[in-house]
Amino acid sequence: MRLFPAFEPYQRWPEKLWYVALRCLCYGVLAYLVLPIVALVPLSFSADSFLVYPIEHWSLRWYDTLVTSETWWRAIRNSFIVAPSAAILATVLGTLCALGLDRASFPGKRVLAAFILSPLVAPLVIVAVAMYLFYMRVHLAGTFMGLIIAHALLGAPFVVTTVSSVLKGFDKTLVSASSSLGAGCIETFLRITLPLILPGVLSGALFAFATSFDEVVVTLFLAGPDQVTIPRQMFSGIRDSITPTIVALATILVLFSTALLIVGEWIRRRGESRA
Amino acid sequence: MTNPSSSARPGASLALDTVRAQGAKRSPPLLRVRRSSGDVRGALLLIAPLAAFMLVFFLVPVVMLMSRAVWDPVVTIAFPQTAQALGSWNGEGLPRPDAFSAAAADIVAADLAGTLGEAAARLNQDMPGMRQLLLRTRSHLDGAADDDGTPGADDKARQRDEQAVETELVAFDGRWGDAATWQVLANDVQPLTLVYLLRALDHERTPDGAIVPLPRDEGVYLSILGRTFWISAVVTVLVTLLGYPLSYWLTQLPKRRQRAVLMAVLIPFWTSILVRIAAWMVVLPRAGLVNRLATSLHLIGTPLELLYDRTGVIISMVHILIPFMVLPLFAVMSGIPSSYQRAAISLGSHPFEAFWRVYAPQTAPGVAAGALLVFISALGYYVAPALLGGAGDQMLSYYIAYYTNTTINWGLAAALSVLLLAATALLFMVYRMVAARRPVASVEA
Repeated sequence: MRLFPAFEPYQRWPEKLWYVALRCLCYGVLAYLVLPIVALVPLSFSADSFLVYPIEHWSLRWYDTLVTSETWWRAIRNSFIVAPSAAILATVLGTLCALGLDRASFPGKRVLAAFILSPLVAPLVIVAVAMYLFYMRVHLAGTFMGLIIAHALLGAPFVVTTVSSVLKGFDKTLVSASSSLGAGCIETFLRITLPLILPGVLSGALFAFATSFDEVVVTLFLAGPDQVTIPRQMFSGIRDSITPTIVALATILVLFSTALLIVGEWIRRRGESRA
Repeated sequence: MTNPSSSARPGASLALDTVRAQGAKRSPPLLRVRRSSGDVRGALLLIAPLAAFMLVFFLVPVVMLMSRAVWDPVVTIAFPQTAQALGSWNGEGLPRPDAFSAAAADIVAADLAGTLGEAAARLNQDMPGMRQLLLRTRSHLDGAADDDGTPGADDKARQRDEQAVETELVAFDGRWGDAATWQVLANDVQPLTLVYLLRALDHERTPDGAIVPLPRDEGVYLSILGRTFWISAVVTVLVTLLGYPLSYWLTQLPKRRQRAVLMAVLIPFWTSILVRIAAWMVVLPRAGLVNRLATSLHLIGTPLELLYDRTGVIISMVHILIPFMVLPLFAVMSGIPSSYQRAAISLGSHPFEAFWRVYAPQTAPGVAAGALLVFISALGYYVAPALLGGAGDQMLSYYIAYYTNTTINWGLAAALSVLLLAATALLFMVYRMVAARRPVASVEA
């Protein structure tokens, strides 16, 4: 890796200095983005209960604590109940909606689209408080159903945006061709449209899953004691005092989200190569 | 060098003019006639499930919450007869005797219906002592009811009764003879109230109806609002200052390294926010990595306090929000052909000037859109300040959560939500206006 490139001959020292300064700044920003997360990982393998460097003895005891703890297990289990269900609900509703938005233009469509995307920007606390008050009336507070609905609501806009962007590059003559050859609506969708927009649908689903899997504010308000998810449990843990067990879980989550990212990139690249 | 657009460097201004011309071409027509086209019915059928879902679980709850800021029927429900009796009262002196008997009857009825406690708590917010007055009156009425007998059938007897109730109440507690008590009651039996919104803006309504600012030590919400905006603004500026060079640098990299750097941006983006906060809690404390590194390099003598104060909150919020700036900005910058800048330089412009006058203006809409989005996201932050900040660093969201969960003052939580949502919605409309103009000049087009 070259830190100093071969400068072009006309460049003088202010430009060279500027170039080096820009590069230093950028490496600094990258370090700022990545290093804190990286610094977390080795601490989870420390035998010490204080989260400080240097690490003197290595052990897996905190991972052991994590796996044997009933509270953490329940949180992990709940997260894997809520996040996939919310992702499926969001994906079905979001894909249908994106197909609809692509199908026609009519007055008020922009307003409707803005409304459907609005959970993306609405402050989470307001969504949480509003749903909390609403759920108390309709007896959804403290139920899995309520939590899944809330998370699906936050994830659906991502599905709508990703599917919409894939649909922009979708060749609609294929649909006409299919129907002219005698395929019905549903057959055309299942055999032509869906396979072609699948990358968008899948990356939307992944986003919806990640949204639910990470979500803490709405969960804080809506989850009862039986619906404590990983982020919710981490929130209370961190608020009391951060322990090596939390750091061990965080390490696992970093690996998990990196895996999700790689899957997401793979889906995206496949989608690009097809288009 | 005094006049940059002079003929001395025609190249730069030529390139500039090209950009401007493109800009002019791109500006959208102000009025566009929208017509329906395509399969509208099918489209609506497909949109309907998500739209209905969001209507029921998002719009209705939010509207219900917002309405709580101005609509508070707790006292009205508990005091229906009083509300009627006070309807004709002009607020001066004491109300007519029928209001006294109505209030007495309502207190007993509300206690039986179980609505008295909530109403008393609500009244107590406006006039300390009201709760105690109502509950004392309630138990007094219990004792008095035994020797009261049945109410008289004819009007005269009822009038005498009303008179008696009035004298009795005033004799029992002097506050019933105070016009201020009745003014508070008269105000609060109206379900439509501005109390919460005024409180959220550090104002209150005096018993005679004038709107006055709260005393300095009581008015806290405007400073919380200011603090929320200030933290968000600082975060936005920092994110822009760090994100812009990074995105610029990214576009200049060869493909392979570009992918590697993008991964470095995307990994934090995908990592759970709580993991990132946990990371800062490990890195920032007095004995944490940052302080140790800085002390061992002799940059500082004593460890810095970085956790549980504003520095920590800002460090973590900037960390969370940088990807929200870099990713869209990178997309915008990738669409800007480098040939403009090179043309400007080859025609004699200084590289800095070529950057500043040819390149930067093309990125401006992207920066504006990114900064607005970062600012909007920052406004609603809750988790990072709640976990990394001290008492003086909490933002509006924290108080909304606090009034919902801890003190159960939903009116005030709703009023603060109205403020936060209004600010967000307003900025989001600006964002959409900026973003709609974003299409960037590209050679292919």
